[in-house]
Amino acid sequence: MEFLGMYHYWVFAVLLMIGFYAVVAKVNLVKKLIGLSIFQAAVFLLYITMGKVSGGTAPILPDDAPAQLVSNPLPQVLILTAIVVGISTTALGLGIVVRIKEEYGSIEESDIQEIDRL
Amino acid sequence: MTVLFGVFLLTLLVITAIAIVRTKNLFVAVMLLGIFSLLIAANFFVLDAADVALTEAAVGAGISTVLFLGALALTSEFERTPTRRRGLSLAVVVCATLVVLYATFDKPTFGDPNAPVHQHVAPWYLENEPELIDIPNVVTAVLGSFRGYDTLGEVFVVLTAGIGVLFLLSARPGAGARGRQAARDGSRIGLQNDVIPRVVGRMLVPFILLFGLYVQFHGEYGPGGGFQAGALIAAAFILYALIEGEERTLEVLPRNTLIALAAGGALLYGAVGIAGILMGAEFLNYSVLASDPITGQQWGIILIEAGVGMTVSGVLLLVFHAFAARDQA
Repeated sequence: MEFLGMYHYWVFAVLLMIGFYAVVAKVNLVKKLIGLSIFQAAVFLLYITMGKVSGGTAPILPDDAPAQLVSNPLPQVLILTAIVVGISTTALGLGIVVRIKEEYGSIEESDIQEIDRL
Repeated sequence: MTVLFGVFLLTLLVITAIAIVRTKNLFVAVMLLGIFSLLIAANFFVLDAADVALTEAAVGAGISTVLFLGALALTSEFERTPTRRRGLSLAVVVCATLVVLYATFDKPTFGDPNAPVHQHVAPWYLENEPELIDIPNVVTAVLGSFRGYDTLGEVFVVLTAGIGVLFLLSARPGAGARGRQAARDGSRIGLQNDVIPRVVGRMLVPFILLFGLYVQFHGEYGPGGGFQAGALIAAAFILYALIEGEERTLEVLPRNTLIALAAGGALLYGAVGIAGILMGAEFLNYSVLASDPITGQQWGIILIEAGVGMTVSGVLLLVFHAFAARDQA
């Protein structure tokens, strides 16, 4: 259990930074948004990992067995709503990218800066 | 066994993420992102978060893939420019990774029931939920009632993002769009010429809708609720649109109905809150909605979950149609 726990946190760190790398190093705007999605998913994973209780089950308490050990419902609630808000904001970002493509004819950051400089 | 499974899933997750960042083909990257979402949903499931897994599978693997593909159709499929200042970026990222990894050594042990995160309000929720609200799914109870303000805020964020996309994409297409029109004419009827997706897809649509309604109305008892149901129902209509073309979907569910659905859901949520005030309690206190407080709480949760489902499905479909209409303009 100890190793699995540390492994969860390490995967969180690595995923977070893979997403971060895509956001800072990639020039293509869609790729940046994909990187942001990975970054976001890493944060979700961290929250859900922290909510886990050893030996627990999903936080659903049936009437016949109300006293069982369950994982923490609170991080799950936060992440549940964050996922849907995340897709809405990603959609907004994609909308902006589509408009940029229509105005500039490119979604490469370098081209856009080039055009702006002229 | 669980350890092995967990390690396997997490390793696959990292491999997929690296493949997503490395590929130059954005279509491949989006497809891999769908797989990534599915893998992380499986991970959430292993970590006891059934509700979150359901949401991630419906939203991440389903709808976000479709939206990214819609955006790719309007932009370009390949990354042209190579990565800029790769060495510098890599150095920054590696340093940041080391800092985060260093921080993970201070984290509480995985699964420790005495970790700080389990000490604050969560035990109170778990202890008092059966007598205050009395529905089996604690996640739904916390989402709908204990943290109703948060959820109301999230619903309005979703609505605002939807309005933003509509504003961005319903403006008159500029000069760039006209040139594309000729190229797009042939491909706009979706999968109408492919027999297998048509037959199988059409058979699936009613079942996805049925499952969406089940998830909506069974959210108090099992994993589910408005967010998941909204995403599933939107996914059913998007599948229909991909098979039969966008116009036929708009005939079934016109754009004005979708706008009414999206705004009406948020309004319904707010109205339930105001009804609480009018009946002599605080905003979003459902206890007064029925003669006995527990029934009132349950009614309140059912109503606000319906509102959430309406807004989420309405907004996701509006966003999808906004991208699809842009494609045909």
